[in-house]
Amino acid sequence: MRIFSWITKDTNIDFLKPRKLTYAISIFLVLASVWLMFFHGFNYGIDFSGGVLMEIKSENKINVEQIRQKLSVLGLDELTLQSLGEEGNELMIRAQADNANEESQRIAIVKIKEILGSSYEYRRVESVGPQVGDELKRAGVIASVIAILAICAYVWFRFEWQFALGALLGLFHDIIITVGFLSLFDFDISLTTVAAILTLAGYSINDTVVNYDRIRENLRKFKKMSQYDLINKSINDIFSRTILTGLTTLCAAVALFAFGGDALRSFSFVILFGVIIGTYSSIYISCVFLNVFDLRKTQEKRAQDVNPFGNV
Amino acid sequence: MYKLSKQRVLMILAVCLVGVVLSVPNFVPKSVKLPTWWQPVSLGLDLQGGSNLLLEVNMKEVVRERIGLLEDAVRQSLREHRIRYQNLSAGADSVKVKIDNYNARTQAMGYFKKLEDGLEVTTDENGTIEIKYSEQALNMLAKRVIDQSIEIVRRRIDELGTKEPVIQSQGSSRIVVQLPGVQNPEEVKALLGKTAKMSFHLVDSRTTAGDAKRGKLSNTSRIINSAEGGQLVIQRKAAVGGENLTDAQVAFQDGGAVVSFKFNTIGGKKFGEVTKNNVGERLAIVLDNEVISAPTIQGPILGGSGVITGNFSAEEANNLAMLLRSGALPAPLEILEERTVGAGLGADSIKDGVFASIVGLVAVVVFMILAYGLFGLFTTITVLINLVLMLGAMSFIGTTLTLPGIAGIILTIGMAVDANVLIFERMREEVKNGRTPRDAADTGFTEAWSTIVDSNLTTLVAAAVLFWFGTGPVRGFAVTLSIGILTSMFTSVTVTRLIITYWLNRFKPTKLPIQ
Repeated sequence: MRIFSWITKDTNIDFLKPRKLTYAISIFLVLASVWLMFFHGFNYGIDFSGGVLMEIKSENKINVEQIRQKLSVLGLDELTLQSLGEEGNELMIRAQADNANEESQRIAIVKIKEILGSSYEYRRVESVGPQVGDELKRAGVIASVIAILAICAYVWFRFEWQFALGALLGLFHDIIITVGFLSLFDFDISLTTVAAILTLAGYSINDTVVNYDRIRENLRKFKKMSQYDLINKSINDIFSRTILTGLTTLCAAVALFAFGGDALRSFSFVILFGVIIGTYSSIYISCVFLNVFDLRKTQEKRAQDVNPFGNV
Repeated sequence: MYKLSKQRVLMILAVCLVGVVLSVPNFVPKSVKLPTWWQPVSLGLDLQGGSNLLLEVNMKEVVRERIGLLEDAVRQSLREHRIRYQNLSAGADSVKVKIDNYNARTQAMGYFKKLEDGLEVTTDENGTIEIKYSEQALNMLAKRVIDQSIEIVRRRIDELGTKEPVIQSQGSSRIVVQLPGVQNPEEVKALLGKTAKMSFHLVDSRTTAGDAKRGKLSNTSRIINSAEGGQLVIQRKAAVGGENLTDAQVAFQDGGAVVSFKFNTIGGKKFGEVTKNNVGERLAIVLDNEVISAPTIQGPILGGSGVITGNFSAEEANNLAMLLRSGALPAPLEILEERTVGAGLGADSIKDGVFASIVGLVAVVVFMILAYGLFGLFTTITVLINLVLMLGAMSFIGTTLTLPGIAGIILTIGMAVDANVLIFERMREEVKNGRTPRDAADTGFTEAWSTIVDSNLTTLVAAAVLFWFGTGPVRGFAVTLSIGILTSMFTSVTVTRLIITYWLNRFKPTKLPIQ
């Protein structure tokens, strides 16, 4: 019955040993992502770039080329048409009005509706002015940065500063690489994507904190163990939990990706990808990185601070 | 602790029961009337279909208008006190005037300060005085303008008969309008796009538009476009303002649609005087800086009411009457953002979301059972109770469920078992360290608790930031996620513990199923 019980077995893996390799992989991925961000850029959705987005549905299969020709008379910038749904009877239209202001976008919507007529069901009509787009972009970046800092402040408060630093590195690692992936595969970047990135940050830090918790506990329990062994032991202690939770979250994310509909596709992709990268970084970045410090020294120092006569 | 105290058991069961009760409305057909505190989760516009508009009040326009009035007041004050001045001008946010004489300048600054509250009067070394509104006065003005605008927007939308519209301010100069069920917001947009500022001006009969363009325009008059074609010269000062209107209705006259209007007492009196003193002159009816019509005054109109004739269709007359009834917007509104979701797409999203949730739930549950056996089954109960509690909490708080919110629920299903996994793994360790099943189970709960709190609180921090900075659907997601974290912390610890304690007492196992 318990065919997955092998997951809940004790492991004894030396996670710290390949750290040169894992650091190299991570650094490469981060650099590649940064390169992608600057030189490949993003496929911003209308939330951020401003513009017009419509989704129409018809009884029959929609001839994309025919609609493209019909709409070409409007002279809209960056007109993209994308077929949705399995039967090809749904279509997404995205465009930028030529002089990009709210009024011309409003007119563009009216004109598109005029040309296409009333035989289509207008399932979604969105228009975002360029000004709002810029503001949302800024708000998205600010939200992400503040979320990371707030999370790290919490870790600092509950642990030591080294842990906060490790968590910070892990978070930046995850977010940058995820964003790089979004760039590489030209996923639509919308407000929902930002929400997904912050959720992934939440997941990744959750994983990291569980590991840290164990490291802290073992630091108290095993005073004689070397730090290298101790970090390894801590990660191994809860490795089965890491894998199990990762897999259950993946189950949910896969269900979302497969059945959640088009609107949640890029959201669930970020979560899917994030669970994997988050699990990896919790161990190979956040935890392994702790080994560069002398954690015991800080711990002793803190103990002395609290009680200067503790050893009398 | 081998036993849970009675109070705790009762408390846990009570919470679960409350959750069940609160979530019931979601499964009751809509036709059943329920009290206000006992309602199903409200669906966001992305799920139920509807239109969401983000409007911006053009504050610059408001300030410019105020500065224009201020300029008039400054000019009048200077003339009254016979002070010589040069270069009186109104900029975007200040009025400037040059007064060479030192004493006159000091005197004038005193007069200016008294013109209105909240004015800042400064001077530079060249003797130019600058008069502007203080930051505080501008903020108060903005607040007043927003409040007024919301009121007018509400009246106009109510006139259209939209059900349950939500109209709120956002930030310092924006208004969010949510119209559930509205599929085609063109009509609403057209109505909100007009300020509907109406006033009556006497036509300057001595000057033609042509003369005026050649510079023969007195500074009490101005040129204005006419809807009937061409241009007219009218007096700058309104004979009667639109704020004195109390009612407007469509009427039919000679087979054409007209708009009849009524003034309040002050307006009626003014209108009576103007029409009495200017028989034979033309009176221009100006709407949003355009003359609708400029009929000749046939005789005094003393009843305080009149009609506007123009080339109206019945619909245009109807709209105009409605706009006049609801009052003028203090400033033009710009539509910054518009999002309309059709009811069909909303229904599909719900269908997809519910299906994905079920698949996710089944996958997680099966996975847990395959990994933990009997304890996995216990987890299943916990997860289901967690879902009920989430739904109950969301219904009670009145959270709006959005599409990303549904995603939040699905993710919570996956992540909520984490606490149970942490507990079970801890139990396994304790057994390995030689504890009895009972002892291990107990220690497992206590030891895992701090880890559970730490790991969940960090996620809660991320959710809080999302809530703070997000708008609309993203906010809904943050709320769902937060509620999910809190309820799952509760269920995975208390409910699981309750079940396991019961199981230990009832079956007295010698081995835990996770070993």
